[in-house]
Amino acid sequence: MDSDTALAARLASGVEAAFPAVVAEHQDRLYSIALRLLGDRRDAEEVAQDALVRAFRAMRDYPHERVAALRLRPWLASITINLARNRRRRHDDRQPPAALEPLLDAGFEPASDGRSAPSTSADRRETQRELAAALLRLSPAVRAAIVLRHVDGLSVAEVAEALGRPEGTIKAQVHRGLRELRTLLVTASEPSVSHRSPMPAARPLAALEAVR
Amino acid sequence: MTTAATIPFTDQALEAALRDLRVAAPPSVGFGALVEAGLADCYAAIETPLGAAFVAWNGRGVSWVSPAGDRRTFEDRFREAVGRDIAPAEELPARLRRAIARRLSGERRVRIPLDLRGHTPFEVAVWTKALEIPRGEVRPYGWIAAEIGRPRAVRAVGTALAHNPVPLVVPCHRVVRSDGMIGQYSMGGPDAKRRVLASEGLDTRWLEAEAAAGKRFTGSDTTHIFCHPTCRDARRVTDRHRVSFPNLRAAAAAGYRPCKHCRPVALAAA
Repeated sequence: MDSDTALAARLASGVEAAFPAVVAEHQDRLYSIALRLLGDRRDAEEVAQDALVRAFRAMRDYPHERVAALRLRPWLASITINLARNRRRRHDDRQPPAALEPLLDAGFEPASDGRSAPSTSADRRETQRELAAALLRLSPAVRAAIVLRHVDGLSVAEVAEALGRPEGTIKAQVHRGLRELRTLLVTASEPSVSHRSPMPAARPLAALEAVR
Repeated sequence: MTTAATIPFTDQALEAALRDLRVAAPPSVGFGALVEAGLADCYAAIETPLGAAFVAWNGRGVSWVSPAGDRRTFEDRFREAVGRDIAPAEELPARLRRAIARRLSGERRVRIPLDLRGHTPFEVAVWTKALEIPRGEVRPYGWIAAEIGRPRAVRAVGTALAHNPVPLVVPCHRVVRSDGMIGQYSMGGPDAKRRVLASEGLDTRWLEAEAAAGKRFTGSDTTHIFCHPTCRDARRVTDRHRVSFPNLRAAAAAGYRPCKHCRPVALAAA
């Protein structure tokens, strides 16, 4: 947070000069947010890049005081979430709901620099893969709350700010998300249910509703 | 397949597994954002009448054109001259590629955004004026100087054209020495300049012969209008009606009016 405040101050005195630091600091997290929301690397690349560019243009047009007061982490996250939402809407318009198998493939990406995955055991990769796929089966609102809170690591207050929802709602959505993820993971790990008969993607949570 | 041990059952384990889903962005994400913001550039090769050329661009427009060659040398020169980072791309954005192709084939109404930050208003005025010269025609340095209201700055016009960062896209090759000789060219000297002018349909041998014979302006004895020799109006004059003048004074003394298209009159001030 402190580095964010310092960065906002630098941006206020010159957006062009300080913007490369924004890119260096935030590109991985914005890409991760977009990837876990959308499940597609190419889409995530475009959304993360677009989010950075839009942030740059917005800051260039804002008065200095407004730039200085920016809370970069939730602000950049909210731009990314909105772009991802628009993209998903476009996809939904032209494509039937995606099947589980391609999502499993697309959702998993090994860390290229070893920072986020010091151990790359097969078990761990498998867990990542299944978790990424399970995330994509949460409702968009719950998924956004979970991704911001636990993949990106924002505080509940920051998630509330980024998503424009009350903190109480965020807490409930995160709680619900964790519970649904656990159920999805258990279900996916059962051999008889696993890849041969995935739950219908159009209503991914039907089974969970029944469990409740 | 999955063993029960890999399933994160506790909240802590699940949260740790979610944190584990953070990944590094591919380099194209951050660099692409810097390019769009105009804080770094991409480049790719295109075909031109002078062979392959590297074209650099960013979110503001085309920033650099030079003959294709060793990539490292090109990148180092760009970084030093422009002060921004640069990386190769597979190809130009489709719209830009099409626009440049149309410009090179002679369309004048094509809009190509240019990033000319860091250059003086005088340089930009010179380059903008060069854009007005139609394909297949040439004008002397002095014409540019006069047209931009700096009639005495002929030498500075030559320097500005030599420093044109986007040759071919801004056709500095269409500006020749005030004595009508072909003059220098940043994309590879006078020979390259002759080649690109020839590719635009200009007979450079004829042009240089005219210049050597002191024929600096061409008039028609039917219309009593005089032009630069390469002006499309001058080239419509048949040999029988063609007259030549060594300078403006001679044309004026003969009672000829300057052409409204190629505007040889502004030179009088020089």
